[in-house]
Amino acid sequence: MKYDIILAGVGGQGILTIAFMLDNAALARGFRIKQAEVHGMAQRGGAVYSHLRFADHEVISDLIPRGQADMILSVEPLEVQRYLPFLHASGVVVSSVHPFKSIPDYPEEKAILDALLELPRALLVDARQIATSNKIPKAENMAMLGAALPFLPFELADFDPFIQAQFERKGDQVVQANRAVLAQGYRMGTAVKERLDAGMPADAAWRETQTLL
Amino acid sequence: MQKKELLLGDEAIALAALHAGISGAYSYPGTPATEILEHVQSKAAEFGVSASWSANEKVAYEGALGMSYCGKRALVSMKHVGLNVAADPFVNSGVTGVDGGLVLCVADDPGMHSSQNEQDSRYLARFALIPCLEPLNQQEAYDMTREAFDMSERFKTPVMVRIVTRLAHSRADVVTGETKAQNALSTPANVAGYILLPSNARVQYDKLVAKQPALEEYAARSPHNRICLDGDRKVGILCNAMAFNYVREAFGDKIPHPYVKVGIYPTPMGLIRQLVEAVDEIVVVEEGYPFLEELLSGVVGVAGKPIHGKLDGRVPRTGELNPANVAAAFGIALESPYTATLPKVPGRPPALCPGCPHADSYRALKLAAGDFPKVPIFSDIGCYTLSFYPPYNAVDSCVDMGASISMAIGAAHAGLHPVTCSIGDSTFGHSGMTGLLTAAYEKLPLTVFILDNGTVAMTGTQDTLLTGEALVKAVIGLGVEPEHVRVLSPLPKNLEENARIIREELEYKGLSVIIPRRTCVQYRR
Repeated sequence: MKYDIILAGVGGQGILTIAFMLDNAALARGFRIKQAEVHGMAQRGGAVYSHLRFADHEVISDLIPRGQADMILSVEPLEVQRYLPFLHASGVVVSSVHPFKSIPDYPEEKAILDALLELPRALLVDARQIATSNKIPKAENMAMLGAALPFLPFELADFDPFIQAQFERKGDQVVQANRAVLAQGYRMGTAVKERLDAGMPADAAWRETQTLL
Repeated sequence: MQKKELLLGDEAIALAALHAGISGAYSYPGTPATEILEHVQSKAAEFGVSASWSANEKVAYEGALGMSYCGKRALVSMKHVGLNVAADPFVNSGVTGVDGGLVLCVADDPGMHSSQNEQDSRYLARFALIPCLEPLNQQEAYDMTREAFDMSERFKTPVMVRIVTRLAHSRADVVTGETKAQNALSTPANVAGYILLPSNARVQYDKLVAKQPALEEYAARSPHNRICLDGDRKVGILCNAMAFNYVREAFGDKIPHPYVKVGIYPTPMGLIRQLVEAVDEIVVVEEGYPFLEELLSGVVGVAGKPIHGKLDGRVPRTGELNPANVAAAFGIALESPYTATLPKVPGRPPALCPGCPHADSYRALKLAAGDFPKVPIFSDIGCYTLSFYPPYNAVDSCVDMGASISMAIGAAHAGLHPVTCSIGDSTFGHSGMTGLLTAAYEKLPLTVFILDNGTVAMTGTQDTLLTGEALVKAVIGLGVEPEHVRVLSPLPKNLEENARIIREELEYKGLSVIIPRRTCVQYRR
């Protein structure tokens, strides 16, 4: 049993925080782990990614081979496309709907989202709505993590201690708000997963679940 | 007691050094090595060790050597190009030998994720006749660093641990061990060995050469060098540490050909000879330069046995290895269902942060320089190099730490005026002061910008050693006229005023230093 996940986004969006949470959850469940990330220059607003691999056996390479990722989890829709060659045919894409237009040649937004919804197993998340409705706009990354969890071998409660560890210095209110965002993302992910598993196309599942927000 | 922890490769090295009983750690920030000293710092009080940033890698290396001289164990870490700066003490510490264990961890950056080249530090280890350990995962990074300290004291030599970005910045579960007590303070039994006067140095160099057979034997017997002669002998595989992972990944864990994996140097010549004798042709896969491949190929190659690798293009000569390009070297294509239908995805390079003081500094400089014919801005290593990209299009060079001022000196000698250069406060403390001293002594007509943002920003806001008023005093102390040391506040509202001051100094036919001073927006966030 193995899970290969590409985490993606733009420097400053909290990709490495998602990685920290998943790493620790995987360690707590007894998996072997390798998680390669980007530090240094790219973190100044460039494309940031992480290869996260965990398994019930030894993980060999720090990098996921092309065509073998089980999931792309991205806080930015264009960044999904950058790493799509890593995904295998039945791999899942979990992406935020909100573009981060930090470059002059950013492609047309609608075309990107339409292309994502044509993938067999795609889940778009209005992470901004989830984060702001819980009065913690910076927690979009936690909404994304929550939405991805139904596709992974974890329970929501696995993350309680790591959310505590990550945010406790910012006060209990921030800890609770992050927990709420994670849980709401999780509910959204669960609703979409049920529909995808029942054979519903990704774009229909996206439309149907919008009312849940 | 054994404990399982989740550690970056860098952190595994730091923790291993602490557990190996170091008394101090030394470094200058540089990706991908920065987190080594940061991790030591986070535990410095608990372990009772010194762990502060040095002004540059040479100072760091010499600090570690001085600690070793006193019988204590020391770790020094740096990025690959940092070892160019520290090459002088590094090479000479092979000649002096060491007392307390001295381990250099150097982090190479194949693919240049955050560097100006992808040089391979194994060449420097061989050049200095210093042994080198190359871990292939985080567990080995931990285990080998501990072993390196024991080797260092046993063979009285510094030991290099060479890692690469993918290991430095990749996390894995690591089993860690007991903490060894720190060594007692002592002074060397053989002081003459540290005094490299020619008469002593000849003796020491003979000793260094004489150590080599024992080091070669240690490496040849080490489990870090692995030979397997099973499988299809049409092809044999020779690879170094990280490359071995991708080879295993390509074949689904069961490598169907004989192979040698090298994880410790001096190069195990005997093992490589055995492999070559057993097979019809050899594929060499290395993360880094074709170090083993060049040794193997020599001048005339191996008669009747083709050698494939980076030199004939079987493996890409430049850039980083990955599962796909290593698999391709063995004719295995990693398919993706999506590559055919994918539109071209625009690049997203890093950029100066919103509100960055450097942006305001370059806007003012460009505005002032607009009144003159082309004014080149020789520049340096740091976030401000990102001003190369639009909309700034500011800097004209970035070569190595401190090169900005020294290159501007050459341009002034060539007859250019005005000549400007820009350097950050930390880079100035690292290698800029000697350039400025030269310019001041010669009274050269240069306009030097020292961009003082109060931190080492690019690598994650580590402490800078020279900032604020101390920086101004240092500049004056090096011989710059106080009236031509101008401190600016780089803010959008000051653009016109700053440009006016810069224009004055560009017109001046002498040396001036302009210090735009504003704290980095990333600092302490």
